[in-house]
Order: sequence, then C-alpha cells, then structure tokens
Amino acid sequence: MKILAALSGGVDSAVAAARAVDAGHDVTAVHLALSRNPQSHRTGARGCCTVEDSNDAFRAADMLGAPFYVWDLSAEFQEKVIEDFINEYSHGRTPNPCLRCNESIKFEAVLDRAMALGFDAVVTGHYAQIVHGPLGAELHRAVDPDKDQSYVLGVLTAEQISHSMFPLGNSTKTEVRAEAERRGILVAQKPDSHDICFIPDGDTAGWLARQIETVPGDVIDAETGNKVGTHAGAQGFTVGQRRGLALGNPTGDGQRRYIVDVDVKKNVVMVGPPTLLDIDVIEAINPRWGGPLPVDGQDVHVQIRAHGEALPARVNLGVDDEGNDLITITLVDHLRGVAAGQAAVLYDGTRVIGSATISRSRRSVRQ
Amino acid sequence: MAYLDHAATTPMYPEAVAAMAAVLGEAGNPSSLHASGRRARRQVEESREKVAHAIGASPAEVVFTAGGTEADNIALKGIAWNERESDPRKNRLVVSRVEHHALLDPAQWLVDADDFAVTWIESDAQGRITPTALREALGEDPSDVAVVSVMLANNEVGTINDIAALTAVTRESGIRFHTDAVQAPAWVEVNFAELGVCAMTISGHKVGGPHGVGALVVSRDCKITPLVHGGGQERDVRSGTLDTPAIVGFAAGIELAVQNRSENVARVRELRDYLVEQVQLIAPDAILNGALADDRLVNNAHFSFPGCLGDSLLMLLDAQGVECSVGSACSAGVPQPSHVLLAMGADPELARCTLRFTLGHTSTREDVDALVAALPSALDRARRAGVGR
Repeated sequence: MKILAALSGGVDSAVAAARAVDAGHDVTAVHLALSRNPQSHRTGARGCCTVEDSNDAFRAADMLGAPFYVWDLSAEFQEKVIEDFINEYSHGRTPNPCLRCNESIKFEAVLDRAMALGFDAVVTGHYAQIVHGPLGAELHRAVDPDKDQSYVLGVLTAEQISHSMFPLGNSTKTEVRAEAERRGILVAQKPDSHDICFIPDGDTAGWLARQIETVPGDVIDAETGNKVGTHAGAQGFTVGQRRGLALGNPTGDGQRRYIVDVDVKKNVVMVGPPTLLDIDVIEAINPRWGGPLPVDGQDVHVQIRAHGEALPARVNLGVDDEGNDLITITLVDHLRGVAAGQAAVLYDGTRVIGSATISRSRRSVRQ
Repeated sequence: MAYLDHAATTPMYPEAVAAMAAVLGEAGNPSSLHASGRRARRQVEESREKVAHAIGASPAEVVFTAGGTEADNIALKGIAWNERESDPRKNRLVVSRVEHHALLDPAQWLVDADDFAVTWIESDAQGRITPTALREALGEDPSDVAVVSVMLANNEVGTINDIAALTAVTRESGIRFHTDAVQAPAWVEVNFAELGVCAMTISGHKVGGPHGVGALVVSRDCKITPLVHGGGQERDVRSGTLDTPAIVGFAAGIELAVQNRSENVARVRELRDYLVEQVQLIAPDAILNGALADDRLVNNAHFSFPGCLGDSLLMLLDAQGVECSVGSACSAGVPQPSHVLLAMGADPELARCTLRFTLGHTSTREDVDALVAALPSALDRARRAGVGR
C-alpha cells in the first residue's frame, strides 16, 4: 500500500514507519509543522515542534529511504487545537488538546489530504492496535498498559480507523527503544514527549492566565454557602483540584476541601469535602463511534482520563433538549472529581467503542 | 528523473568539476609567500580574470565570497554603513519588494537593529521595477538614501529588469546602486560597466560552478565597510582564506556559461516555450506569472494552478521523478506564500498555489515530456486535496 508516515522526530513514529517499510509498504514521510514560530532547538521534554525535531524526522526518513516533506498545519492547529483549548477553559471546561489534535489534525486534516493525494493509509507511532474484525477495522488497547494511547485515539471514527496503521500497538516502549537502537535510529534515546506541546514550560495555569482575561472572584463553601476565600479567576480551576486555592486551614473538622464546582459565568469556585465530588452519572455530548454504536443500556467500561482506570458502567443513548446526541453513562461505583470538557472513552474489553465529551456529571437519584 | 529546478542549482559543467578536482589535493594558501602559495594565488588570480571577463568587469573589481547571500549582505550593509559614516543624513535604504531573502532580510535587519529606514520599491504586476516606481520610492528628496538595490532577474518569476534604465535615475544624484544578478549570467549578457551599478552579486552554483562560492563585483570608487574582519584578503572588503578550488570551479563554470550562452538560450527558450504551451493545454486555468517574451529569463516558467497547493503538486511530481520548486522561500521546510507574487498583486491564496519550472544547460525535451506525462494526475489529486484552511 501507499502509506503516509507522520514523523514527529521522536523514536516511536520512526520505528512505526520503519515497520511499515519492512512490511513492504511504499512509505512517504511527512513532518507536521504545528507551530507558527518554531524554536530552533528542543528544550525540555517536548518532541514535536522545533526545527531540531524536524531535522530528526528528516534523518529518520533518510534511514528508511522514504521521501520526506514538511506539511504546514500551523493554521489548523492554531484554530482547532490551541484556540479550542483556550475557549474550553474560558468556559470552565477541561479539554484534552492531544485528543483534539488527533481528531482535527492528524486523522482529519492530514488523513484527508493523504487520501486525496493518493495514499491508502496514515501510519503513526501511537500505541494502540487495529484489529480487523468481521465488521471492519476495530481500535483496541495497546499491549503495553503504561503506553496505551487508545484513549486519545477514542475520537477516531470507523472510517478513520480503517485508514490508519499503528504498528507499535503490540510492543512495549522498551522493545521499541531496543529496536530503534538496533536499526540505528539516531533518536533511539530521545526522551518521551509529555506535557502539552504548545506550552513549552509545562505551566498550563500560567500560560492560560496570559491568554484569558480573568478577574478575581469568590471561593464559596458548597455546604454552608459562605465565602471562604478569593481566587484569581474561575477559568484556571478544575473540578477535583485541591491545590492552588490557598484557603489556609481547611474546614473546622480538619477535612481537606476540594473544588466541587466551577461557575465561570458567576466567576465562583465552590469548594467542599471530597464526598461532594462523588458522582455516578456522566452526561456526554458529541459522541464519535469507532464502529457499530453500542446497544442502549449496554454494559461497558469507561475511561475519563488519559491514564485513568477503565470503570464498569452502563451506557444509554439519547438526545438533549435541542435534539443533539447525548449519552448517559451510569457508573457501577462512585467516581471522584469529573470535570466537564474531559473525554469519556467507552470500551468493550480492549476495544474502543467510541468517545464523547463530558458535559455534566451528577449523583444518581438512587443516592 | 527530470530535473526542472535549475534556478535553485544547475549541475556543474564537467569541465568545472575537472578544473576544481585538479587543484583540490594541492596544498597552498594564496596568501602564503612560498612557491605553493604563489601557485594557489595564480590560480585565484587567473580565475578572477575569467570571472571579470565573463561579466564585463575588471579583475580588480571582483571580490570573491562564499556565495550570493554573503555578497548581498556585504553590499547592502557595507555600502549603507559606509555612506552613513560619511554623511549621517544617509540612513535610508531603497529596496525592491521582489528581492531574494538574501537582500530583503539584511534590509529588514538594518531597519530593526541599526536605525535605518527603508522604502520598498513597488513592483508592477509582472514583477518588474520600473524607473517610475524607483523615482516614486526615492521621493522628492533622495539625499537621505544610502543605497538602492534592485535585482537584475527575478529568481521566482524570471522577470528581467532594465538595470541601466534604473541607474540612469540615480546617476545624477550619485546614489549607490547594487544589483543582485545571481540568476542572470547564464541567460543574459551582463556587462558590469554598462549597467551603471557600483556593486553586483553573482554566484557559482547558478552558472555551472560549485556551491559555496560567489562574488561581489564592486567598482573602484565604491567604499564598503567590511562585515567580517580578519586577514583582509579580498580588498579589505572580505576576510577569510580564499577557497582556491571553489574559485577555480566557479571561473570555469561562468566561462562556459557565457561561451555557451547564445546556443543555450536558443535551445532552452524553445524547450521552455514548449513546456508553457503543454502546461496550458493540460491546465487551461493555469496562470503564467511574470513577464512575457524578452523581459523574462528564457529558462523560467512559473505558474499558479488555482485550487492546487504548490507543495501538494511538488510532492506528487517528485514521486513521479519530476523535480521542481514551489518557487518561494521555505522556513523550516515549510513553503511560505511567495512575497514576490504578493508584491505583484496576486491573490494570497493563489500565491500558495504556485510551481516554478526552471531549465538549464543539461535540460532535454525528455525532461519536459516527463512533466507533461506526470502533471495531469498530479493536478487532479492536488485539486482533490484542496488548499486547506
């Protein structure tokens, strides 16, 4: 097949592309330029956006004998990832930009362009597995639970999955690094990238504060309704957060207080004991399915954080007041601290069923 | 493989490779006083004479550099600094909007970092700088102008400027005039003395010589403040041990380019016209950018293909062994919308939909036919991929 390999300049995408070459595919490499003003050298634990990373990607492509190009997606990335990130936070939600990037950039803008240009699929270094079942390509968890990235790929539609290749899904990171060494890939020991790639110093709150105009507001005790402090701006806070409030000593009984609600419109942050954070019903919007829709009332597992646990739950399909798709996820056990904006990814065993964006969470009436 | 990117680099003449190879293994610094040094110096000076002869200059006017970009920087900064030194009022640069980044960026740097002002000379719709546009940029009182720079032939769209007509405008006020002639010597007669400029840039790898060598041709009366200080090897304008083999290769290349010019021009013009005709047959909506007929380098064809991103087309043609250019500068591998097309008044989206095909001394009809064969499917796919955003 004619395959487009997205090379970040890191070890994973280089090994993934090498495996595609080994499998006999005709591989062309692209590096995605996502930053408008790329720094020339890498600093800190980031692996995607500097000129040095682009050079690393070029050298990896060289070793594979693959033609190499740079695709400028900085405008799309700015609009669909960075501005979305700011917009979500300014509405009091907690987005996952890596998920948005997979949804709008890597498996939409890039995949669409690749298909139009005559490629059959896109290969990336994500840790996830594609299994070809009777109903088509299915997205499954990677074998390495520490590296599994099926959560951030949960936004992929069946169509997108059918045109994707993740050759690393059956390997551990250790194996991939060893293979990179064996292949002579120069970036074999390059550190993993983490944090948000467009926030170089990792200080998300500080970065957001420069993007969003905030005004100080009240911190209210959710149980008593009393003002217990002030905050610098509600947008910077996330449900479930404990640090960064500077409330001094907690409650009279010595219990720690958590953020239990953030109301950006009123610029109020509500705090309370951790028990108030316990929820068991999650409502989520904009569902995207990686295959057949679940049956209404199906037992599933749900994961709500990139490295979170999969929790047993039941899913119901419905619509909201405006007629948009809305899924309701009822957890078997209570969960503490769920923020709107996060993605809920549904699993059937290791298979990704689909994902949706959490709009609301609450306790069920059976409480 | 069909190589259609001669404006980026044209292959070295085999004779230039041989001439260069013959001296690569020899020791001898042209500044040394012993026999080996004298031999190297003789090779440099013979090369200087050949280069001077090829462009209608005297040997003493040829200052060897490590390429066109360095020569442009020395000219613009060196002349501007020297002029301001002698008359503090002279702090304005007058530079055409369609220059290569080797000129635009030093001009902008002089503005940002060194308190110069700049007036950009507007281009016409074909990428040409007219005497009227130059007069307009100079303004009522050009006494504050340190230096004017207008390229002889545009590297993107191939439009040739009438430099002699432009220097006629500045002559009476005695304003220093530099021209970047990097793209010219293989295709048009370049006579330094007749152009009326005081400085002119040329480059090795555009004329069949090696990379990494070029020259700034500087008239005797043109004072230049050096950028790099050291041994003062080249007229105290440029320091650094001379690269004898590269200079020998450069001289052999430009000598052949000039000797073969009339023959190459006739053959390549015919090929280029065939290329343009075929492309327009395949893509009737394609827009040929730049000047027509005699005001255009005979080796250049530059098109906008509406609805097709230049870098999509480049990639698709490359996959079929046809090598061309999007025709504009890259930043970290990302093609930028062409400032030349924007200056010519092109629609910003169309400025991203361009391809430049440039022919050279090794081009054949088979090269053009390879493009003709590959272009229809490339256009079809690139159109489907769209222009994004």
